[in-house]
Amino acid sequence: MKIMNMVKAINDALDLKLKEDKSIVVYGEDVGVEGGVFRVTEGLQQKHGADRVFDSPLAESTIIGSAIGMAVAGMRPVVEIQFSGFAYPAFDQMVSHLARMRNRTRGKYTTPAVVRMPYGGGINALEMHSESMEAFYGHTPGLKVVIPSTPYDAKGLLVSAIESEDPVIFMEPKRIYRAIKQEVPEELYSIPIGKAKVVSPGTDITVVAYGAMVREAQKAAALAEKEGISVELIDLRTIYPLDRETIVESVKKTGRVAVVAEGPTTFGVGAEITALVNEGAFLSMEAPPKRITGFDTLVPYPQGEHFYMQSPEKILFEIIDTMNY
Amino acid sequence: MFDVYHPTKKELFQIMDNEGKVINKEWFPKIDDSTLLKAYKELVFARAADLMIVSYQRQGRIYTYPPGYGQEAVSEAVAVQMKKEDWVVPAFRELPLYLAKGASLKDVFKFYMGDEKGAGWSNAKNMLPISVPIATQLPHAVGLGYSLKYNKKDNVVYAFVGDGGTSTGDFHEAMNFAAVWKVPVVFIVQNNQFAISVPFETQTGTDTIAIKSVAYGMPGLRVDGNDFFAMYKAIEQASEHARSGKGAVLIEAVTYRRGAHTTSDDPYKYRTKEEEELWEKKDPVKRLKAYLITNKLWTEEEDDRHIKACKKEVDKLFIETEQELSYELDEVFDHLYSELPDDLEKQKARYKAFLEWKAKRK
Ligand SMILES: Cc1ncc(C[n+]2csc(CCOP(=O)(O)OP(=O)(O)O)c2C)c(N)n1
Repeated sequence: MKIMNMVKAINDALDLKLKEDKSIVVYGEDVGVEGGVFRVTEGLQQKHGADRVFDSPLAESTIIGSAIGMAVAGMRPVVEIQFSGFAYPAFDQMVSHLARMRNRTRGKYTTPAVVRMPYGGGINALEMHSESMEAFYGHTPGLKVVIPSTPYDAKGLLVSAIESEDPVIFMEPKRIYRAIKQEVPEELYSIPIGKAKVVSPGTDITVVAYGAMVREAQKAAALAEKEGISVELIDLRTIYPLDRETIVESVKKTGRVAVVAEGPTTFGVGAEITALVNEGAFLSMEAPPKRITGFDTLVPYPQGEHFYMQSPEKILFEIIDTMNY
Repeated sequence: MFDVYHPTKKELFQIMDNEGKVINKEWFPKIDDSTLLKAYKELVFARAADLMIVSYQRQGRIYTYPPGYGQEAVSEAVAVQMKKEDWVVPAFRELPLYLAKGASLKDVFKFYMGDEKGAGWSNAKNMLPISVPIATQLPHAVGLGYSLKYNKKDNVVYAFVGDGGTSTGDFHEAMNFAAVWKVPVVFIVQNNQFAISVPFETQTGTDTIAIKSVAYGMPGLRVDGNDFFAMYKAIEQASEHARSGKGAVLIEAVTYRRGAHTTSDDPYKYRTKEEEELWEKKDPVKRLKAYLITNKLWTEEEDDRHIKACKKEVDKLFIETEQELSYELDEVFDHLYSELPDDLEKQKARYKAFLEWKAKRK
């Protein structure tokens, strides 16, 4: 075991997989020489060579498009989009090809690539550097979408993403890149994609969160406890395929559900979870599902960002509201 | 001129050397002394502002900022000769141009202090906002150019991008459209040698950016972007070409980002002090100053006085901006649609209810 933050844990997963599997390459803007603007790939070029870890020209579309070509040819590219807000030039490649190649060719050609992208707000950044648009990808048939909330999960989930036979959008909550440190095994291990985790059991309300919001929800759960409310906290870990069973089983027990997510409310992950608990646990429901999510607005620039972000207090406010229904 | 300095010759268009001595009389621009002094003073002002913003950032008074230090002459060459109704389509390192277009330094401060109110350039006419997603602004320049042509205006669009931005599909598509539609757009690539840590050679397989113009079918010119006179002449010729209905031009301004990529970047991960020193010798402000002093248009004393005055003015504007800074909940919502949809009205009301609850709880 070694104490790691999320940056180190992801670096470690890449390092170990690069060592193990020669078909893996890692590239993107500033990924090679500099080791990434967040230093996630630091030292990997020196260790594994410039033909395996390298800088690409500035063009998201061909970063992902070329990864599709490599993957079809049997390689395992792990590419980085510098910020999720800059993935849009590559949207066509992700939606039209990355997600579809297997289906289009009836399984003859597949695209087992990983697209890593830091996402989310709370770092006082310029426009386009703070958004949480995981719903785009969750809504795209053919993609898997994974979001870790801790260093331990980041390493294990990234290993699974690299080993996955399907393309994975791996979104990294940059706000907590360095904020959480914990013991992480030094060897390779994996955490299955598509399985949520019950972070802490409870009896009154199920709170579903992921990414940086897990930590906020944990703090809210502690506040709720003082109010006599017992929260069962679930970390989704995977946005798609959703672990419907874990959520439904929990809500059957608690009778209430709240989803905490940074992105816009409408058509978001919260909406999908609301639907699935209605489908799966309708008769157990004591209150309507609650979405504790971003406004249907852009993420404001830093001076206004606090209005937009979820806080433990805001989560508590909505938990109490649901309890009082 | 575009034939004489045809991109296939791979020449760098220059007028003065590093000491400010004129080495190319033939193409020396017609520019009167007062315009020249105005340009120099604006250059110095922009530089002072730029350096001070970096120091405000270090003091925690402003967020991440991308300095234009060392590249100022490129924008200034446009700033002193553009017409009022010309359009400017910025990337994000064109400070002297924003100010010349009528933006206030306060807009720039607000933008980088994290307030949208700075993004729209309160008083500037015909200038798009800073473009955060690289190169995505270039297709807009084509559309603006089309509207000028359609409305039979003799104005032009000055569109900026970095060397990194030339790798994008949007760059290629915009060049191609501009050439096909023959729109009055002057594309200016600030080739400052790096896209964050990625050097020019990793960005393109060509020796120059200017050469790409040949394939698109428009004139191109590779210019010493740190040579104010060369930049001035290049922009003059390109503007004339565009204004007279002959279509777009691609200018590659060869320059150097003397500062960090942004205040969160450490350049020594990817370049050396020696390289920086080499480019210090080619600094645009230093070179123009040397020219002015040699030609008895300016003195060291005047320079000192001007720099001091600039710093004072910048600081005054910055402190005023700090005092004026405000941000209301409404601003998150009110500019997204022509009319606020009910859904958003409800979300705003819900947030207010939360704030009331929070206030009571304390
Ligand atoms: C589409 C897009 N991808 C990535 C980024 C992150 N980024 C910001 S600036 C930059 C480098 C830009 O290089 P260049 O175009 O040469 O301009 P310079 O910064 O050198 O002025 C990158 C990669 C971005 N802003 N937009």
